[in-house]
Amino acid sequence: MKLNGSEILIECLKREGVKTIFALPGGVVLKIFDMLHQQKDLDVILTRHEQGAGHMAEGYAKATGKAGVCLVTSGPGMTNVITALADAYMDSVPLVCFSGQVPTSLIGNDAFQEADNIGLSRPCTKYNFLVKDVNDLAMTIKEAFYIATTGRPGPVLVDIPKDVSMATTEFVYPTSVSIRGYNPTYDGNKWQIKQAAEAIMKAKKPILYVGGGVVFSGASAELIELAELTQIPVDMTLMGLGAFPGEHQLSLGMLGMHGTYQANMAMHYSDLVIAIGARFDDRVTGKVSEFCPHAKVIHVDIDPTSIRKNIHVDIPIVGDCKTVLRELNQILRASVNGEQKELRKPWWKQIREWEAAHPLSYQQDADGPIKPQYVVKRLYELTKDRDPIVSTDVGQHQMWAAQYFKLAKPNRWLTSGGLGTMGFGFPAAMGAQAAFPGRLVLCIAGDGSIQMNMQEMATAVVSKLPVKIIVLNNRFHGMVRQWQDLFYQGRYASSDLENTPDFVKLAEAYGAVGLRANKVGDLDAVLKEAIAVNGPVIVDVPTYRFENVYPMIPAGGCNHEMILEDPPELKDKQVGAKKVTPDGNDTVLTA
Amino acid sequence: MEHIISVTVENKFGVLSRVAGLFSGRGFNIESLSVAPTLDPSMSQMTIVTSGDDRIIEQIVKHLNKLIDVIKVVDLNESEFVSRETALIKVHTKAEDRAEALRIADIFRANVIDSTPATYTIEVTGDPKKIEAIINLLQPLGIKELTRTGRVAVAREPIRASAVQPKKVARE
Repeated sequence: MKLNGSEILIECLKREGVKTIFALPGGVVLKIFDMLHQQKDLDVILTRHEQGAGHMAEGYAKATGKAGVCLVTSGPGMTNVITALADAYMDSVPLVCFSGQVPTSLIGNDAFQEADNIGLSRPCTKYNFLVKDVNDLAMTIKEAFYIATTGRPGPVLVDIPKDVSMATTEFVYPTSVSIRGYNPTYDGNKWQIKQAAEAIMKAKKPILYVGGGVVFSGASAELIELAELTQIPVDMTLMGLGAFPGEHQLSLGMLGMHGTYQANMAMHYSDLVIAIGARFDDRVTGKVSEFCPHAKVIHVDIDPTSIRKNIHVDIPIVGDCKTVLRELNQILRASVNGEQKELRKPWWKQIREWEAAHPLSYQQDADGPIKPQYVVKRLYELTKDRDPIVSTDVGQHQMWAAQYFKLAKPNRWLTSGGLGTMGFGFPAAMGAQAAFPGRLVLCIAGDGSIQMNMQEMATAVVSKLPVKIIVLNNRFHGMVRQWQDLFYQGRYASSDLENTPDFVKLAEAYGAVGLRANKVGDLDAVLKEAIAVNGPVIVDVPTYRFENVYPMIPAGGCNHEMILEDPPELKDKQVGAKKVTPDGNDTVLTA
Repeated sequence: MEHIISVTVENKFGVLSRVAGLFSGRGFNIESLSVAPTLDPSMSQMTIVTSGDDRIIEQIVKHLNKLIDVIKVVDLNESEFVSRETALIKVHTKAEDRAEALRIADIFRANVIDSTPATYTIEVTGDPKKIEAIINLLQPLGIKELTRTGRVAVAREPIRASAVQPKKVARE
């Protein structure tokens, strides 16, 4: 069958099981769009910015576990999608991005809309390809999907020059793929797993530290079995939320910079850290030299470079979380007995004491300003029965969402962890919604972050993606303000947004629904109304402007030394600190 | 500590920049790097001289292995190896220095591969200390140009069958 390059691309996508692609056209990809226009198997969601296309593909991938696909043009199309590629690379999201390139004869000539796509994307992709010959196209696409979705997943870029997308050749779909330099290890070393089992049996104060690897590997069931079998408490990273049920009695919640008191204390005082699909990020370890000073460390990860990158590991196991946990559980099932539970009783008593001493807390007065934590909590309580998918942007609202929205299952949590990309949440939610049209998809955003990809509201309306955005609106880059409060003597350099757009009117301008909750008493009704709308909604919730996220471990601080509340001198500094013009008038800051 | 890492890679465009980008992106050190095709023209052999403590070398080896175009990585310091470097040295020679330049070349078993009335180009091969030594001796005559290949290295073959094989750095 003779096909042109564009038809080969479409044919290969179909055979990879792709249903939806997120795309924005341009000169050198017109042939591909023309062919997409003439077929019915692939849905093309036209985004308003290539960054949006990239994040939508990420959201699609995180919610489905399959590779997300985006298609952009050369030059600025490519440079715009870089942020999404870098985000996907940091968070191990399987993504295949197709970029247009100027015709092969013009490459290197500084042609119109030319960029060195391979050079630009090299440090932020798992691999990238420039296809110079249409005969290599099918094999390249097969390899791209294989690399993106196997081992430690990640983004792969396929750069297609215009002439390659137009040239014709005999289409042969490759049946298999084999790359001699790429053979991820899935099965853990049996001896090491046995060592790990023995260490678990002996440990008095063990802790499970689980990350996004468990989600991508689909190992939640195995993790739950391990935790229940051994009665070991579970700490989750930001990326790992949902890997273990948030309401489970063995869950201590999130750990790290804004983790719960019990999660961080349990890490610090444990005698055995069992890290599964987590990478000892600096937001988790804090000060490396004082990280888990009493613990032996078991580290299960499919990426050997994650092991011993930041901290010393006693029992490294390179392998897929699911495969390794299965094997570990098999050994433990035969050997765990009541003795271990008895052994760990004092440990659990200690953890419950920590939990009781400093639970997550905030104070919501019935007639006071709305507290952001309360919004997340109410949203959680009102929607948990519907098993929603929740996305966030980056900042204070993200941490409150992580603390208070207790996810029961994996693949429900879309957040930008490693790169910390503001503007991620809304397009990611749209990508998940495209994959699951019937599901409730929530985007918890800040008023700073949401403005970074606001243009995608046009996409949501046109492509009928009924995402519900809840804006926790404090008219600040709140996390920046928090750091300025704590470490820069309250000098709010460029963190006060002073005036944010009227999000209700903004939603309406796009043809979406806008709602606002001004009072605590209105909140439930407004949230319920939003959820009932059959279309995209922005709910604007003006919140108390000076709320800070606690607990907090200052960057480079030690994990057991958490700041638990605003220092007493802070309150005086905030109020009256600087003049702002929320309504056009100069006023002194008030609570 | 200095390590010599032998890396077998796919012989295709862009591979060198992937390896170089890995070192620069992660702040690893490259002291020298040489690349040439192997017997199998689809593969190239890189010899990278780098330095770092054990933890850094472990990360370098792991990250090299992680690159998709990298087929095999051997840290030669894990066993015995031999290494050589070639230098081409163009020396100014006044009439009274020409005999001295030849004597020095002779002592180091170096070859004169080009000659003009005012210069000799000397080719010398050896370990880095030998290269440094001849450079030091020729310097007073006046070195016009100097180019060095960077080191290439290969593991020593054990004499007895039971002797320790160079430990292949596995992908754990």
